[in-house]
Amino acid sequence: MKTIDALNIYYRELNNLIDNTIETEKTISLKNVFGQRYIGRGLPEKVKLKIYGVPGNDMAAYMDGAELEIFGNAQDAVGNTMNNGRIIVHGNCGDTLGYAMRGGEIYVEGNVGYRVGIHMKEYKEMKPVIVAGGKAGEFLGEYMAGGAIILLGLNFSKNGSIVGRFCGTGMHGGAIYLNDNANECMFGKEAVKVAITDTDIAFLKKHIDFYSETFKKDLKHLKIESFSKYAAVNKNPYSNMYCVY
Amino acid sequence: MNLDFNTPSFEVIRNEKKCINCRVCEQQCSNKAHSYDMKKKIFSANDVKCVNCHRCVVLCPVKALVIKKYPLEFRENANWTDEAIKEIYKQSQTGGILLSSMGNPKSFPIYWDKILLNASQVTNPSIDPLREPMETKVMIGGKPEKLEFNAKGNLITKMPPQVELKMPIMFSAMSYGSISRNAHECLARAAEELGICYNTGEGGLNKDFYKYGKNTIVQVASGRFGVHKEYLNAGAAIEIKIGQGAKPGIGGHLPGRKVGKDVSVTRMIPIGSDAISPAPHHDIYSIEDLRQLIFSLKEVTDYKKPVFVKIAAVHNAAAIASGIMRAGADAIVVDGFRGGTGATPTRVRDNVGIPVEFALASIDQRLREEGIRNQISLLASGSIRNSADVVKAIALGADAVCIGSAALIALGCHMCRSCSVGKCNWGIATQDADLVKRLDTDIMYKRLVNLVSAWNHEIQEMLGGMGINAIDSLRGNRLMLRGIGLSEKELNILGIQYAGE
Repeated sequence: MKTIDALNIYYRELNNLIDNTIETEKTISLKNVFGQRYIGRGLPEKVKLKIYGVPGNDMAAYMDGAELEIFGNAQDAVGNTMNNGRIIVHGNCGDTLGYAMRGGEIYVEGNVGYRVGIHMKEYKEMKPVIVAGGKAGEFLGEYMAGGAIILLGLNFSKNGSIVGRFCGTGMHGGAIYLNDNANECMFGKEAVKVAITDTDIAFLKKHIDFYSETFKKDLKHLKIESFSKYAAVNKNPYSNMYCVY
Repeated sequence: MNLDFNTPSFEVIRNEKKCINCRVCEQQCSNKAHSYDMKKKIFSANDVKCVNCHRCVVLCPVKALVIKKYPLEFRENANWTDEAIKEIYKQSQTGGILLSSMGNPKSFPIYWDKILLNASQVTNPSIDPLREPMETKVMIGGKPEKLEFNAKGNLITKMPPQVELKMPIMFSAMSYGSISRNAHECLARAAEELGICYNTGEGGLNKDFYKYGKNTIVQVASGRFGVHKEYLNAGAAIEIKIGQGAKPGIGGHLPGRKVGKDVSVTRMIPIGSDAISPAPHHDIYSIEDLRQLIFSLKEVTDYKKPVFVKIAAVHNAAAIASGIMRAGADAIVVDGFRGGTGATPTRVRDNVGIPVEFALASIDQRLREEGIRNQISLLASGSIRNSADVVKAIALGADAVCIGSAALIALGCHMCRSCSVGKCNWGIATQDADLVKRLDTDIMYKRLVNLVSAWNHEIQEMLGGMGINAIDSLRGNRLMLRGIGLSEKELNILGIQYAGE
């Protein structure tokens, strides 16, 4: 493993340095990261970055198979248009996490911001997954077209809501799983609560086990079968809106 | 009973004396406007289904068919036109948003036609492009603020990446999905032969077309369909689509029924799933955010690809363009309100946005005033209909233009404006395999080559007439333009003088 000290290095130089390093050493530890953007952009399989500090916006944009582990919070647009790979954040994440993400997995220990998982897609065997330990802001899964978002709702006040308003607005694919019976008024009209199946439970268990192991949290008390699941009312939500002439 | 108030728009007229009952018309019409009664051996036409695409008329071997405007008229009314009444019938019947195709057809002024070009007489003699060199090549991309040379006179300033166009014309962004695979192939092959570029639109790029990479602009729009690292690196440049002239401020929506196997592969979404492009990019809420996207694209392409930003021509286009330049873009594409589309709400198409002539002139002026025009390329689109429009656009300040509707017309489009239905009889705006194969790529791509080559010759003739021998000397050269039938205000915005001045 190679270590790079990112202190006072501009993002362009830092990302160049990472590109040059992975030619010989696939695992890199980045120390003193202070908001540098685009870390991990487009990185391929087998590359592993351990990031200490707070990486900047658009981390892992267009990422294509690399694994990033962040020991700290991450900012906005993590995993933007990500194709494949895995991101583990030991902290919270900002807004538009996983925007237009097409594949791969993102695990966030804590909370996530607004418009998380917006326009997430799936394609063939690629089914992206976002797992967050806490809660999410408004417009979670907006325009969601595929993949899965799982909110574990750990450590949030029972007076609050696990999701913000307009959850699943414009949703036309994918699934949102919540460890809570969130008030349905929080959801947009294109998302509907559906029954949870055995397949869902197995899927959730796999990801919850990974979360538990990764973040060293005992989650045996979670009742997976009582998670609620939301899906798109239909995959062509606007097909009857138009009058062609 | 809920009556259908809709009456035909067109009337199919058959000359029975000429007709030889070959049934080509019937086979060619995907709308099923023609039908043949085997027993009585007569044709009948269902006028309601006719969209006036001329497919049957053109293919009829004896030219026995003609399509006319349906003669039924409402009582004359300058306010409640036939169109206004019929649109109300449609909407009151369906409750739907009126959806149209192609560009704004309304009778707004066309400023190209109110601008006249100069020519040399006696002094600064005109140049004959047939005998003398005439440069129409343009380089599209960001330019350095100034150039520095070493003691030997060699350039030491590092040039940003450029796209070289042999002529100042590109094909506009049209996605695979809105148009057919064969139409895309024609555009790609023509672009390669012409030494220009075509544009993927927001539909991803078929792997078979990666070989045309150096003649391809890959687009990134709000839906991010088919966008991945390999795609971004596959083209000559990347275009961020913020807006489109035919639908400023709104997103796109490719209905699931058009997302078949191949479209599904390039867009990287499941078959039958709606491809929804949201109105905004949800990671862009400011010029600073735009900068973030521009540089994420530059980062993932190792700063080797120019990044264009396309906007619709709207009221504040000049200020927005300034912001785009300052956000780090290498080129601005401004698309006027006449620009075409596969589908757009009629009300948006016909009422939102401004003429590209005004937007282009005001953007060029603003960037000059700010002293930054030289650092960015400016492309204009939104109904460039002929080579004179190209020359006028360049004299108003464009580096080059993009043509969409004109390119499709070259491929056989007859402007029936029914693209959104997906039954294009010419194999252009359809995903129906039987219709798509009607567009013979080997033959039809050459029509595009012919068109653009012809325009380029005409551009050279007009340039030569002005005594100019390079397109670069025309750019922003508004002294070559004069207005006719324009108000003082219009002349001011266009930055040109009146004819005779």
